[in-house]
Amino acid sequence: MNAVAPMIMTTPLAAETPILEMRGISQIFPGVKALDQVSISLYPGEVTALIGENGAGKSTLVKILTGIYRPTEGEILLDGQPVQFPSAQAAIDAGVTAIHQETVLFDELTVGENIFLGHAPRTRFRTIDWRTINARSRELLQQLESDIDPTIRLKDLSIAQRHLVAIARALSVEARIVIMDEPTAALSRKEIDDLFRIVQGLKRQGKAILFISHKFDELYEIAENFAVFRDGKAVGHGRLKETPQGEIVRLMVGRDVHDVFPKVEAQIGPAVLSVQGYSHPTEFRDISFELKRGEILGVYGLIGAGRSELCQSLFGITRPSAGRLTLEGQSVEIRTAQDAIAAGIVYVPEERGRHGLALPMPIYQNMTLPSLAKTSRSGFLKAANELKLARQYAERLDLRAAALSVPVGTLSGGNQQKVVIGKWLATQPKVIILDEPTKGIDIGSKAAVHGFISELASQGLSIIMVSSELPEVLGMSDRIMVMREGLMAGLYDRSEATAETLVRAATGNA
Amino acid sequence: MTKLLKSRELLLSGIIVLMIAGFATRAQGFAEPGNLVNIFNDTSILIILALAQMTVILTKSIDLSVAANLAFTGMAVAMTNAAFPDLPLVLLIVMALGIGAFLGSINGFLVWILQIPPIVVTLGTLTIYRGMAFVLSGGAWVNAHQMTPTFLNVPRTPFLGLPILSWVAIAVVLGMGFLLTRTPFGRSAYASGGNPVAAVYAGIDIGRTRFFAFVLSGAMAGLCSYLWVSRYAVAYVDIANGFELDSVAACVIGGISIAGGIGSVAGAVLGSLFLGVIKNALPVIGISPFAQMAISGVVIILAVVFNARAEAKKGRIILRNRATHEATA
Repeated sequence: MNAVAPMIMTTPLAAETPILEMRGISQIFPGVKALDQVSISLYPGEVTALIGENGAGKSTLVKILTGIYRPTEGEILLDGQPVQFPSAQAAIDAGVTAIHQETVLFDELTVGENIFLGHAPRTRFRTIDWRTINARSRELLQQLESDIDPTIRLKDLSIAQRHLVAIARALSVEARIVIMDEPTAALSRKEIDDLFRIVQGLKRQGKAILFISHKFDELYEIAENFAVFRDGKAVGHGRLKETPQGEIVRLMVGRDVHDVFPKVEAQIGPAVLSVQGYSHPTEFRDISFELKRGEILGVYGLIGAGRSELCQSLFGITRPSAGRLTLEGQSVEIRTAQDAIAAGIVYVPEERGRHGLALPMPIYQNMTLPSLAKTSRSGFLKAANELKLARQYAERLDLRAAALSVPVGTLSGGNQQKVVIGKWLATQPKVIILDEPTKGIDIGSKAAVHGFISELASQGLSIIMVSSELPEVLGMSDRIMVMREGLMAGLYDRSEATAETLVRAATGNA
Repeated sequence: MTKLLKSRELLLSGIIVLMIAGFATRAQGFAEPGNLVNIFNDTSILIILALAQMTVILTKSIDLSVAANLAFTGMAVAMTNAAFPDLPLVLLIVMALGIGAFLGSINGFLVWILQIPPIVVTLGTLTIYRGMAFVLSGGAWVNAHQMTPTFLNVPRTPFLGLPILSWVAIAVVLGMGFLLTRTPFGRSAYASGGNPVAAVYAGIDIGRTRFFAFVLSGAMAGLCSYLWVSRYAVAYVDIANGFELDSVAACVIGGISIAGGIGSVAGAVLGSLFLGVIKNALPVIGISPFAQMAISGVVIILAVVFNARAEAKKGRIILRNRATHEATA
């Protein structure tokens, strides 16, 4: 994908000098360029919104700023002086603090311990100074207009209260730069208002804030500046108030989506899978759709919208609380993954390492794991049959390995992905669910995966593709279902779907 | 060297051969075939229990109750033999397997249905089964003169140069090798421990797999209970006290990953033989039993360190990349 979006430079940024400046930062992982020559500046008393799709490189940037990754190239300037953050402690010492999306706190410790863990004040005798911890914790929490008792255990707090503790923890060090990574994801509107009051307070104290969020209305409310990342590149920055939302979405998604992901038209046949009123006690409610033969149904939504949970329950990992499933006209009940595999529904999970493969086991044994009934004879495994089946799919997927008997753990990421896909194709499914099929792989490999998905569809497989990447969803899908907060927020035909409609449906910004 | 290291079984065999050769220089006749047969026969029970333990460990569990199970079942079988000398031996062995499997199934049930961590379950049943052995016997011993000659003599009857006891161990080794490499149960065991989440996604019921691993482990403990009681010609509450740790140690030395999913039958057998050789050699070369325990402990820790290093190597590709990152950063 080489579509080059124009760098837009609206009015020059505030005349003040930035507290922190990152110049030409690149972060290269084996096979993936997570960040490519990005630059970003953070100004005192201002909020900079960092915008981009999942996988655009936002988290990588945060990890560099907090000393977890060391950039492959580029420099970081603090007050104009080059600095390095070789460790998380170095970043904290330099005044960078982060509030993470998933708060990293300890349930069994008290609020005060959580706030001061790692930098607890000491008494004269080098023991923990509890009095100071509790007094300062109370002070910090009062700043946040909260009267949480610092001596109670964290597990007794609500989610929103925990968030306040996380913020208090971030403020307990002398921070000049505060990073907030989707801080509002778990909060109600009222709590968000409280949080924004805190942010305004931080601004008045002259702190520079990097604010990551998917919710545009919030960003326009709180941020002065913005920077948009796409595929690891900084594609635009400027003053937020002077930039219309449409422009931001266009920058986020890039242009010419349909050209970048050329979809091979497949023969669409009769309905294969029909889902009616699928519900889960906590994750999603009343989902209904039909999937036709040869069709690719894209499922778009923000993280936490219930997409993976829906797919997992279609695959029998979790049980739905209500709803019916019809496969090729027959009503089916799926209680376990075995049922799903037997019925012809398979699921290629998002995290191939964690969910997909048993790394110490040989390639061929991983590939045949769900197909053992087919390769065994009278209840005993037949290595020859297994190898034959594995070889067949290894060839089809162009798997590169020294031998099929080596442990999967010795393969590269791309080849591991092929083993996962081969494993499921070997079961000869009717419906294949792909959860974020190209997450974490580079652009070149993405194209290969997309080509392969198209090929599967043209062979008559029905595909459900969960993806957080708009270009991928728009480019590959025949129809697109959007989910928001566990509900269906829309179902669009390929012809009527645009980046704007999907983003609006997913974020609820009508 | 790296190739050699890759084949842990080969390396371990080499170490065992070297150890035997070394001990032979200090104690004459240590490497004689007759003595080696003795060592193997002495180690047979450990081999069987280590294989049972390995099956459980493969599934990312652990069975600390094997020795207590052995003690209870052994007591039950010995008392039955003493009370009903006319019962045929086959029936007693079936009974031992059955009681053992039942006790194992209690572990398996608690782990599977109630989802209690295996180490907690088997730590609990360890004391329960020992206590049951006491309740059953009232603390009394069953001595050699109370048992029938058939009961005592069958395992030590020589057959083709080896006692029956050794043949039983060999049969179990072959059977376990077949079970773990040629049946869906064996594959499920490796997959359940190698990556439980992936196993669930592949349609494997890891709870049921663990349950059967515990049942198998219990049945093997039951089999060993008869072998043990007849070999030492006595049954009392404290037999095989601490033997569960030997079975775990044999697995660890044999390269079975305590985290599950990695290990081979050959490894468990060699790990057992390694311990067996040390146990037999140290008294011969005049080392006190207390020093023996310490030496065994040192060897076990060394094996764990060695294992940890070998397992860490798998991540070396990533680490090397990270190292180059830092070098270029």
